[in-house]
Amino acid sequence: MGTHGTSPAELGLQAACRSSLAATNHETKDPGMSDTQSPSVAPVAATNVGPGSRVRRSYRWRGKLEAVAIPTAAIIVSVLLFGIFCAINGANPLAVYASIHKAAFANWYAWQETLVRAAPLMLCALCTAIPIRLGLVIIGNEGALVIGGLCATAAGLAVPHASPLATQIVMAAAGMLCGGLWIMTVGALKHFRGVNETISGLLMNYIAIAILNQMVNGPMRDPSSLNKPSSFPIPDEKMLQPIGNSSIHWGLVYGIVACVLVWFLVHHTTFGFKMRTIGGNIRAARIAGLPVGAVMLIACFIAGAMPGLAGMVEVAAVNGSANESLNAWYGNSGILVAFLARQNALAVIIVSILLGGLLASGGILQRVHHLPDATTLVFQGLVFVVILFSESLYGRWKFFQEKST
Amino acid sequence: MSANESLGLWGVPIAVLASAVRGGTPFLFVSVGECLTEKSGKINLGLEGVLLMGAMSAYAISYRTGSPWAGVAAAGCAGMLLGAIHAWLSQRPKVNDIAVGIAMIVFGSGLAFFLGKPYIQPLAPQLPGIGFANWCGNPSIRSAFKICPLFFLGAAVAFAMQWFFKSTRWGLYIRAVGDKPDAARAMGISVVKVRTLSIMAGSFLAGIGGAYLSLFYPGSWTERISGGQGIMAVALVIFSRWNPVQCLWASLLFGGAQALGPALQGVGVSSYYYLFNASPYILTLLVMIVTCSTKRTLAGAPGALGSGT
Amino acid sequence: MKYSFSSLFITAACAFTGLLSSPVKADDTTMGFIYVGPKDDYGYNQAHAEGAAGVGKMPGVKVVEEASVPETIAVQETMKDMIVQDGASALFPTSFGYFDPHILKIAKQFPSVQFFHCGGMYVEGKHPKNVGSYFGYIDEAEYISGIVAAYTSKTHKLGFIAAKPIPQVLRNINSFTLGARSVKPETTVQVIFTGDWSMPVKEAESANSLIDQGVDVLTCHVDSPKVIIETAEKRGIYCCGYHASQAAIAPKGYLTGAEWDWTHVYSYYAEAVKAGKTLMDGSIPHLVRGGLKEGFVKLSPYGSAVSDEAKAAAEAAKAKFMDGSMVVYKGEMKDNTGVVVIPAGTEMKQQDINLEKMGWLVEGVIGSTK
Repeated sequence: MGTHGTSPAELGLQAACRSSLAATNHETKDPGMSDTQSPSVAPVAATNVGPGSRVRRSYRWRGKLEAVAIPTAAIIVSVLLFGIFCAINGANPLAVYASIHKAAFANWYAWQETLVRAAPLMLCALCTAIPIRLGLVIIGNEGALVIGGLCATAAGLAVPHASPLATQIVMAAAGMLCGGLWIMTVGALKHFRGVNETISGLLMNYIAIAILNQMVNGPMRDPSSLNKPSSFPIPDEKMLQPIGNSSIHWGLVYGIVACVLVWFLVHHTTFGFKMRTIGGNIRAARIAGLPVGAVMLIACFIAGAMPGLAGMVEVAAVNGSANESLNAWYGNSGILVAFLARQNALAVIIVSILLGGLLASGGILQRVHHLPDATTLVFQGLVFVVILFSESLYGRWKFFQEKST
Repeated sequence: MSANESLGLWGVPIAVLASAVRGGTPFLFVSVGECLTEKSGKINLGLEGVLLMGAMSAYAISYRTGSPWAGVAAAGCAGMLLGAIHAWLSQRPKVNDIAVGIAMIVFGSGLAFFLGKPYIQPLAPQLPGIGFANWCGNPSIRSAFKICPLFFLGAAVAFAMQWFFKSTRWGLYIRAVGDKPDAARAMGISVVKVRTLSIMAGSFLAGIGGAYLSLFYPGSWTERISGGQGIMAVALVIFSRWNPVQCLWASLLFGGAQALGPALQGVGVSSYYYLFNASPYILTLLVMIVTCSTKRTLAGAPGALGSGT
Repeated sequence: MKYSFSSLFITAACAFTGLLSSPVKADDTTMGFIYVGPKDDYGYNQAHAEGAAGVGKMPGVKVVEEASVPETIAVQETMKDMIVQDGASALFPTSFGYFDPHILKIAKQFPSVQFFHCGGMYVEGKHPKNVGSYFGYIDEAEYISGIVAAYTSKTHKLGFIAAKPIPQVLRNINSFTLGARSVKPETTVQVIFTGDWSMPVKEAESANSLIDQGVDVLTCHVDSPKVIIETAEKRGIYCCGYHASQAAIAPKGYLTGAEWDWTHVYSYYAEAVKAGKTLMDGSIPHLVRGGLKEGFVKLSPYGSAVSDEAKAAAEAAKAKFMDGSMVVYKGEMKDNTGVVVIPAGTEMKQQDINLEKMGWLVEGVIGSTK
């Protein structure tokens, strides 16, 4: 935790958080979860760094093991359940497993497919994972991605004489700006008018998609796009190129870097600390003088900039122009990734890769095992439900709990 | 095959009115069901999956048994089953409602599409419609006012639920559990049991809403039959301040709004139809902005909603 | 020889994978089909799937299919998988949006695999040599549908529910209208655009709206005409089908319909690929188009409500298509805002590439492309 704050109120809050952390089993306290305990409001004297630190060190090991063992077990269980589902429908489960492995993780070719699908998920998941630290549940990722992609395209087309690098920078900036403003609106509505951010984010998704369709079929339409109404295309030479001679585009790097930066922001900066404080107890934060509104708006802006960047990557690395394919359910998958990763930005990377692998294996189930296209949805649903169930198993087993002093 | 007289410009308000009822019925069932669930303090975002499962099972059972009402019953049961899963999962410690909801959308729709593949080609017997304007000479008006009994059932449920919350013991339990779960626990009410039953009952109603889609209007089973009613229901409930009768009026409003785009094109107003199609969402957002305020909590909101307790 | 190169490729791919549930014989031609929606949507994708099923029965042809593949990077991955994992030597991505940039990109990476796209506008020199496109002039069948509809309609108001105002759709609307007005010049066609390929609630609303405006024959161009045909039948009016025959769901009101015959097209390609012909050396043409005459499209059998007079007029028009003498688009033709779109004296035969860029609605259509 950062100790850059100097005001007594901040120190007090740090101490309050520290003491409440020692009382719970997990380093990451998710506001909005069913923990009815909240850190005490009154500032407490800073705890001594003595025997407590020994407790924390051993707890950290067991806690981390738990954080790996339970999700792994969850994945194994969901894969087994899916195998049963396949067996009922006439497909050999072992062959299915082999195919999934082959399609998602068996060799470099499969890994590329998985990583390519994981890239947009990482950025989109951050849109939910950042505001949840403040206690806001935002699900407007799809809208931010679409608006970001649209604005990035418009910006890219507005600078026809710029070099490829400059064009990409302009597009990324435009995408992040517009996506950020979109989600900042959600945050502003919550802060200034008390509008529930989950619902407003949801509604704004639909509005964003309507705006995309209207623009792409109307004012921004390229007449030569004929049967697939699209904006004018970004010239080939200005598009984001793949990394080396793989098929992975730079969006993956953006995603990983963004996740690492966000993790750092949330856990190791003052701003992150402020966010978590507000999320822990908003009244205490206000009393302590934290600028709740400003923090909320800035955090929402950062949260929206991520899918906005993902939208730009979709246009600049994949599609080449803005059209209805921007609306591809990446945003909503991102919500799920954020929750499955328990709002930890580093875990988002891993969960995105997992989901990317799931998605990459959908095709082989159809082509080789003749399972219908809905099978991959059932598989995804099973994995999500089982992993969510496994969330509730934390803290149940003595083995994973800290040894008492 | 008699020739229809054209309704001309009257076509627009007639279409909107007719659509308010026929398009609004699924909204009605899903929002009243969600209202029940939210009154007990839990959000069920997964109703989209329930809607699809309901539509699919109603169509399948109606086709297999020849009775559309058996299909409706099956849809309700399918809804209850999904609701049971949602209730069990979302009440486990440390599990977030929203995440479970989205997972259930994926799971529910996947299951519905998978099991529904054999039923896309056949034609299933449809629910009957009661003709309210059969005295009228104009076939358009006659058809516009052919209303399915499910609408009246839904309206009755809405009024009954209103009374239920205000005047019965179980209604009080649900409200208590939704507003102050700790106090309810202290009173000896089983919060888990009440919430589970509310979620299951809410999903039952949502399943019936799905049955309406596939057995009356549009009256077909395809994978795109849902128009987002399941997700919109959550917004509708807030729009109506968690009041079941207001859910009825709001559903009529949203159902009518669905017809606006095509009806206007029918009389020649054809631009901006994407934005017209988004009008219900814009409307809801505007209403929320105008009526919400930071000073007071949203009147009628159950206290425990969204706090994870 | 190009053919032994592809069989070598296939064998190498098989050795590479080795986990396929059914072994591919070295001389089997594997054709991969990609659909943008579910295979059984009673419409566009189903028509293609039926074609693929038909061609899969041919000896020496193996078909792999994947459905519900969105027009994003997912289709690139699917195409690569079909080539690398399944050993496909010919791919048939059936949705228009797959062409640019997805097919073009993957085609460059696999120059020995052939890509046949439905509806794409292949341009010599601009697009890779191993890409070809095919399409059917289904608007010819729409023209005849229009004739039958015009004879059957009592109000002379026809209705057309369309997804989006794109060239393929506009051409169908225009041909339908021109066919109708060629026998009954007072006929009008009212069009409503729903905005997307599959929106059952909007389609039902549009159908009711049009019927309320006095329309008594409905037709459509959406991915799945099922809802519209059922609504027409419920309201007691006539309808014309699209993509495939929906006669089973509208026994009283179904007049006829414009259907694809993809089996015919896919068989042609299967034979050509098996015989070693390729796009790359020009033995398979890059732009394959056909209408009623070539068997790419067909008409549904006439329904019970079609009068003998209508049948005679329809058959007469069909005969003209068959012998190649029919020209639907000829000057002077004005659009519905009064602008001349085909000058007097000009004839645009069906193969004219300009028709595939159509952006206007012909006189007699009530509606706007905006």
